[in-house]
Amino acid sequence: MSAGIDLDDVCCDFGNFRAVDHVNVDIQPGEFFSFLGPSGCGKTTILRMISGFTEPTTGVIRIGGKDMKGQRPNQRPTALIFQNLALFPLMPIWENIAFGLEVRGVDRAKRRKRAEELLELVDLHGAADKMVSQLSGGQKQRVAIARALAVEPSVMLLDEPLSALDLKLRQHMRAELRTIQKRTGVTFIYITHDQGEALAMSDRVGVMSQGKLQQVATPREIYNTPANGFVASFVGENNILTGSVQNPGGGMASFVTPFGTFRARLGEAAAGQAVKLYIRPEHMTLSETAGTENSVPVTVGDVSFEGSFITVQGITENGTQLIAELRNDGSATVPAVGSKRSMTFDAARSAILPDGIKAGA
Amino acid sequence: MERLLRRYGAVLTGTFIALTAFWLLVLVLLPNFTMLESSFRPYLPAVEIGGQKDFYSFRNYLTIFGTPFDTSLLGMHFTIPLRILIFLSTIFYSALVTVITFILAYPVAYYLAKIVSPKSLPTLFLLLFVPLWVSEILRAFAWWIIFTFNGPLNALLLGLHIVDTPVRWLGYNSVIVGLVYTYVLFMVFPLYNAMQSLDSNQIEAAENLGSPWWRTHWRVILPHSKPGIASGAVTVFMLCAGSILVPTILGGTSVQWFTQTIQSWMLEALDWNSGAAYAFILLTLCIVFVFGMMRVFGVKLSDIAK
Ligand SMILES: Nc1ncnc2c1ncn2[C@@H]1O[C@H](COP(=O)(O)OP(=O)(O)OP(=O)(O)O)[C@@H](O)[C@H]1O
Ligand SMILES: [Mg+2]
Repeated sequence: MSAGIDLDDVCCDFGNFRAVDHVNVDIQPGEFFSFLGPSGCGKTTILRMISGFTEPTTGVIRIGGKDMKGQRPNQRPTALIFQNLALFPLMPIWENIAFGLEVRGVDRAKRRKRAEELLELVDLHGAADKMVSQLSGGQKQRVAIARALAVEPSVMLLDEPLSALDLKLRQHMRAELRTIQKRTGVTFIYITHDQGEALAMSDRVGVMSQGKLQQVATPREIYNTPANGFVASFVGENNILTGSVQNPGGGMASFVTPFGTFRARLGEAAAGQAVKLYIRPEHMTLSETAGTENSVPVTVGDVSFEGSFITVQGITENGTQLIAELRNDGSATVPAVGSKRSMTFDAARSAILPDGIKAGA
Repeated sequence: MERLLRRYGAVLTGTFIALTAFWLLVLVLLPNFTMLESSFRPYLPAVEIGGQKDFYSFRNYLTIFGTPFDTSLLGMHFTIPLRILIFLSTIFYSALVTVITFILAYPVAYYLAKIVSPKSLPTLFLLLFVPLWVSEILRAFAWWIIFTFNGPLNALLLGLHIVDTPVRWLGYNSVIVGLVYTYVLFMVFPLYNAMQSLDSNQIEAAENLGSPWWRTHWRVILPHSKPGIASGAVTVFMLCAGSILVPTILGGTSVQWFTQTIQSWMLEALDWNSGAAYAFILLTLCIVFVFGMMRVFGVKLSDIAK
């Protein structure tokens, strides 16, 4: 059984520091939802509020529609996987996993059986009688997941559980976690500062900065149509140009820069705010002749061949650097350093965006 | 060793080693060895020392089995050598004091280690230490005043109508209180150290899995604190069993502590040989008792040394 979580205008203050600032989000039952943001932006604080270790200063948290105010952590249907896992080192693995059942008064034989089943689920059969210190990082990870699953929570909260693992294992565990989530149907709330992780695993992602939720959307939307400059530059790479907006209308506008005027999509909520123009390197094309629209003459600077793509740095006449990422389809030619080219981008694939929601705004 | 040499040079290193050796050999081992040696020799007038009667035997040790004494416990009457009885009650009450200090120290240590904010910790530690600034003998007399027949404790209890005749507190009751008061910090600090090293996330993880507070203590915090409990318990037990001031002052006539027996051999009978023998009996049997208890509770010596 899974439950939805509703964060209704939640704030959390530590002294006069606001760690979480008016967060509103409605997470669906069975959803894999990620909070993505840089270190210190308030992700752990949100999880601690949902699991009941920290009370929100204002706002309401509902799990399965029920207001959680005053509910102790041991009364909530949530299972938290800690940033450092927090396994019990003095208990063998199976007792770790069965601890939640022990608490619920399940008898020993049943506990043992259930622990073995869960070990099976996380691909760790045969580890029941080992001690925590005898396991590798990835195995500990899985024990932590099994321990959390044992209490059949409606909501699983995961606080950067993969951050301690090496790249290979991390990728493997991503897939594993996703499978376990699908298999159990439990709502997962996943915290990470790794954008690749968030995009690859989640149904929806909430991007955070300085305690504020900047955008909540599917991974595709986050990447393709970021709501503001923070999201655009935190998720993926961008060419960022400064300038000013002219002739807005029909969702498009002109953007005036020292080296030309461009047409671009005008992001929502951009009116009347400081804005910049964002173009992803993979949406830049390089050609020998200038295009009709949104074309900048550049001198080719650094060129680096990365295998599946080629990164070309172009320098405009006023010295601004632009990056184009060209797909290597096998016949792509590498432009010579110092040659004159034009960089062109599609108006629909560039965006004029406000900087981002600042704390206290 | 090499590091010491490189760091401080030959002269200073030599001095360190010489001082340590002096302390260990002359100040610790030598007096103890003399005691041990004399414990096997009879108590003789000065002229006969080194004479025919001066030979090694266990006689001093065996006198502990002399002086039969009639007593009763739990309705059973039996005869037991007096000094064995004193020894057993010393062990029993020392163990009881150890248990009581543990019960008192556990919540205090937990509060200091896991609940209180680190900012107020120095103040609280200071408050814990303040009573130690008063000398042990003054503290014992202060308790004695409180516990006397016409003292404030009885006055209070009478005033509140909790009792209607004054209670005779002086005896084992007051010795227990005095010993607990004197040695409780020796339990608090090892416990505090042990608990402080526990990752708070483990406590939260247990709670997150639905555990009520008592089970979290029983399954997570207590097992983690075991080395601290063990070293605190050994310290308090040994200090109690070897204590003389508190039993003498607070015990009145009804309390006989084994250390008092040793003292009376040495200072009243002036028989240092028997006194030494009894001191080694106390030491040896206490160590045996401690190891036995460690066995029962599954504590290893290396845990305590941590
Ligand atoms: N108990 C606390 N007291 C005071 N400030 C706190 C407390 N807990 C968190 N903070 C502050 O709140 C902010 C958010 O902390 P939080 O742990 O939620 O960050 P995070 O997004 O999880 O970061 P990371 O990715 O590094 O884990 C930080 O600036 C932190 O210093
Ligand atoms: Mg965190």
